[in-house]
Amino acid sequence: MSWIDIGALDAIPLRGARLVRTRVGCVALFRTSPTDVYAVSDTCPHKGGPLSEGIVHGTSVTCPLHNWVFSLETGQAQGADAGNIATYPVRVEQGRILLDITTLAKRDAA
Amino acid sequence: MQKIVVIGAGMASGRVLEHLFDAAPDAFDVTLFNAEPRGNYNRLMLSPVLSGEKNYSEIITHDDAWYAGNKVTCRFGEPVQRIDSARKVVISAQGETPYDKLVIGTGSTPFIIPLPGHDLPGVISYRDLDDTNAMIESSARSGARAVVIGGGLLGLEAAAGLRMRGMEVTVLHIAGHLMERQLDAAAGYLLRRDLESRGITVITEAQTKAIEGNGKVARVMLADGTELPCDLVVMAVGIRPSMQLAKDAGLAVGRAITVDAQMQTSDPDIYALGECVEFAGNVFGLVAPLYEQARVLAKTLTNQADAFTVRELATKLKVTGCDLFSAGDFAEGEGREDIVFRDPGRGVYKRLVLMDDRLIGAVMYGDTSDGNWFFGLIKDGTDVSDMRDTLIFGPAYQGGAAADPLSAVAALSADAEICGCNGVCKGRIVDAIEGGAHTVGDIRATTKASASCGTCTGLVEQVLAVTLGDDFVMPTAQPVCGCTTLSHEDVRLLIKSKELKSQPAVWQELGWSTPNGCHVCRPAINFYLLADWPLEYQDDPQSRFVNERNHANIQKDGTYSVMPRMWGGITTADELRAIADAADKYNVPTVKVTGGQRIDLLGVRKEDLPAIWYDLNAAGMVSGHAYSKGLRTVKTCVGTDHCRFGTQDSTGLGIKLEKLLWGSWTPHKVKLAVSGCPRNCAEATCKDIGIVCVDSGYQVGVGGAAGMDLKETERLCDVQTEEEALEITAAFVQLYRENARYLDRPYKWLAKVGLPWVKERVVDDPENRHALAARFELSQSIYRKDPWAPLAARAETFGPLADLTLEAAE
Ligand code: SRM
Ligand SMILES: Cc1cc2nc3c(=O)[nH]c(=O)nc-3n(C[C@H](O)[C@H](O)[C@H](O)COP(=O)(O)OP(=O)(O)OC[C@H]3O[C@@H](n4cnc5c(N)ncnc54)[C@H](O)[C@@H]3O)c2cc1C
Ligand code: SF4
Ligand code: FES
Repeated sequence: MSWIDIGALDAIPLRGARLVRTRVGCVALFRTSPTDVYAVSDTCPHKGGPLSEGIVHGTSVTCPLHNWVFSLETGQAQGADAGNIATYPVRVEQGRILLDITTLAKRDAA
Repeated sequence: MQKIVVIGAGMASGRVLEHLFDAAPDAFDVTLFNAEPRGNYNRLMLSPVLSGEKNYSEIITHDDAWYAGNKVTCRFGEPVQRIDSARKVVISAQGETPYDKLVIGTGSTPFIIPLPGHDLPGVISYRDLDDTNAMIESSARSGARAVVIGGGLLGLEAAAGLRMRGMEVTVLHIAGHLMERQLDAAAGYLLRRDLESRGITVITEAQTKAIEGNGKVARVMLADGTELPCDLVVMAVGIRPSMQLAKDAGLAVGRAITVDAQMQTSDPDIYALGECVEFAGNVFGLVAPLYEQARVLAKTLTNQADAFTVRELATKLKVTGCDLFSAGDFAEGEGREDIVFRDPGRGVYKRLVLMDDRLIGAVMYGDTSDGNWFFGLIKDGTDVSDMRDTLIFGPAYQGGAAADPLSAVAALSADAEICGCNGVCKGRIVDAIEGGAHTVGDIRATTKASASCGTCTGLVEQVLAVTLGDDFVMPTAQPVCGCTTLSHEDVRLLIKSKELKSQPAVWQELGWSTPNGCHVCRPAINFYLLADWPLEYQDDPQSRFVNERNHANIQKDGTYSVMPRMWGGITTADELRAIADAADKYNVPTVKVTGGQRIDLLGVRKEDLPAIWYDLNAAGMVSGHAYSKGLRTVKTCVGTDHCRFGTQDSTGLGIKLEKLLWGSWTPHKVKLAVSGCPRNCAEATCKDIGIVCVDSGYQVGVGGAAGMDLKETERLCDVQTEEEALEITAAFVQLYRENARYLDRPYKWLAKVGLPWVKERVVDDPENRHALAARFELSQSIYRKDPWAPLAARAETFGPLADLTLEAAE
């Protein structure tokens, strides 16, 4: 694993999101609670909506374009819609966000 | 992949496609033709659209996303003209489309009596959305009159809907009582009485002789000389299966297209279903058997054995607002006995028909809650001699059980049908509940029960109540969303009465079932809180849809549009130069003049938003809020400044109104216009608030709309001065802000509370008007601000937090 420091936790508003540009496309960092951050692909499998612009509730996000709802924990679409988004390991340490970029690279290679 | 061509996007074919894609998602390449210029929608729900309780978007059953997801090639608005079964192609305006298998689901065509004048403009039938829209349009003219020919289900639905829209309606029916095929004379009488009490005129045994008018319908003439002046004639006298295509192609037809139990026509590669088919001598007119056909056809197409059978049907009808039910055979006859119950006070009538100790028919009016139980007895041929004395009182009285309204549902057997449209029995619903479906919405999603015509919603709720016991709270009104059982109205009341001033307070005190709401309730609650507590509550950007959070409209490719305000549609050369410069500097691909009298810069990248805003701010421009549930535009005409007809300074008043209202948040968007004279060049009479200047002052109209619904404003009042017009407007907007439910435009809200209620508060009671306007001003002291400026100062939050494209490459 190769964790790298992305930035301060407080740069993401509570129930908000920020983006990280990577070679596999944009990764969205969601802050679901004061202490929890999830990293998932920013691109909605439906029609490419930017998930980081969606409304965050519980540990889910609703896509801003057509309201598909995704679990940030599993990446699975909820309810009647079928589809999923890639999830990436992320953790918070001393107010900083750490993202594991080996998986990003590996998915890229695969 | 097998090429399937489907003719007709109707109730039946929509269901086949669902089953087909469920069973074999990638096996078929489907092309769907529809004569109507739209895809599948719930035809049964046209009546709520007609009456205004629903809009078209709510009754779409398959949307673009669904077709795209299943790779259906949609050819809407393109009727198939011919089938060439020898070459296996269908022919339409765009040419030929080949098929491996063809499915015909063309439904039926309304029958038009060839009376003199039947082809005059203004004579319509009632079958599809276009008919519905035509009726809505006619009803919009004040004092408009309609004659409905045909007192069956469809005619009465049309009559009830038109009446709800304020038309004067007369129903002409040829038989001695209404709906004679489904009701006996006594129930027909009660139905007539109910309709008449709503202001509908009913003429039975009516012989229509002619429709007259000069280039347009003007009157209907009856054989006895009666003359009925009218602007609209709705003919609802029956339907004919649409089988011309099949007939021309040489397929075997009788009264309709002949099919076997596998829905195959006389050509082995052509199938048919729905109202256009005849099976074993039967034709069909209700959706329940069509859904069954759809299920069978999907099996046939995926090579599984199944067979369609004709089941006995009950009709539970939903003539808007009247409760009626009939099943089986209720004609009088030898060896038949009647049991009748009447409660004149409540307008209830029930009649059971027995033969040889068995129930063979039932008719009910006014209280139909036991209908399904009786229908079960009819279907099963149960011997009812033991319960004959109490039979008419329903299942609650059998076996000495207490008269609990729920016991009737508790007593239903597992195979008792609850949802006739979708053929869902009680057992399936109970299974779904045990599998975790705990709300009507869940049941709809998992079983489709109550998802078509909706009359069984109450029964589904009762099954939930019986199965879940105390865990189920019977909903009194539609809840805001799945996070709560409270309705919007309840939540608004409780926010005020319990003085809830934050979202966590709402979630906690009102028992939200989720930790922090969802995308449906959060924007609503955020609005309610800021409308009720403008000083205390802090707006929460994370509870706003993307457009309102980013103060720009997101486009389908993720870029945004930027639209500065042009007060009252007035701009200057300097402003135009600044807009042009911004367009150049940020490579704006599209510059468009909008329908709201201002200029839209479309296709701006999110990262560029703060900078473009900064530049526009520097030229003195502010956000046009083209994205908000708030004040949008105030359109004006040139008025007295230039126009030879202008009576007042409409442009000046428009600018004052826009400066008064801008920045305010409202339940849905609010648009205004001011016209300088009744020629109305600013189109003020279809705005949420529209002011028409006249010599004596200002006519203030409210509740117009020109979007998915088209509505003319209703006159709130006439005033003499600009000051009064401004105060009335502020007071009206504030009343709307304090009372409407989120996402109701003013016209929808007005339909619920009524114009007199609003007049009482805004016009008749000056003190209350001042108070409302003062509360609006208090809120505006916080919100009358440009949102761009503070965001432009936080430009760094619009870009990515980190860019790993370089690091990852190392
Ligand atoms: C830009 C504009 C079209 C144009 O190029 O002229 C427009 C564009 C959109 N309209 Fe509109 N409407 C525009 C004038 C209108 C008008 C005409 C008017 O205002 O005089 C109407 C009918 C009048 C009315 O509202 O009653 C109109 C009725 C709608 C509706 C239907 C609303 C309804 O209650 O039925 C929607 C959907 C909604 O709001 O839910 C909508 C929604 C939209 C959205 C926001 C769709 C969306 O959610 O993305 C479009 C945003 C495009 C974009 O990305 O910028 N737009 N829209 C017009 C902007 C006017 C402005 O200067 O602010
Ligand atoms: C206002 C109203 C209320 C109703 N209420 C109820 C109710 O409460 N309960 C109930 O059970 N039933 C109700 N019905 C009846 C029910 O809607 C019909 O039984 C059902 O829609 C028939 O389904 P279908 O698929 O056979 O035909 P349709 O739903 O009529 O679909 C046929 C489609 O085929 C298209 N088409 C025709 N010819 C061509 C062609 N050559 N090329 C391409 N497309 C073509 C038509 O445009 C149409 O869209 C109601 C009907 C109406 C009009
Ligand atoms: S009518 Fe309005 S909502 Fe529809 S496409 Fe045009 S701009 Fe978009
Ligand atoms: S793009 Fe995400 S729901 Fe459509």
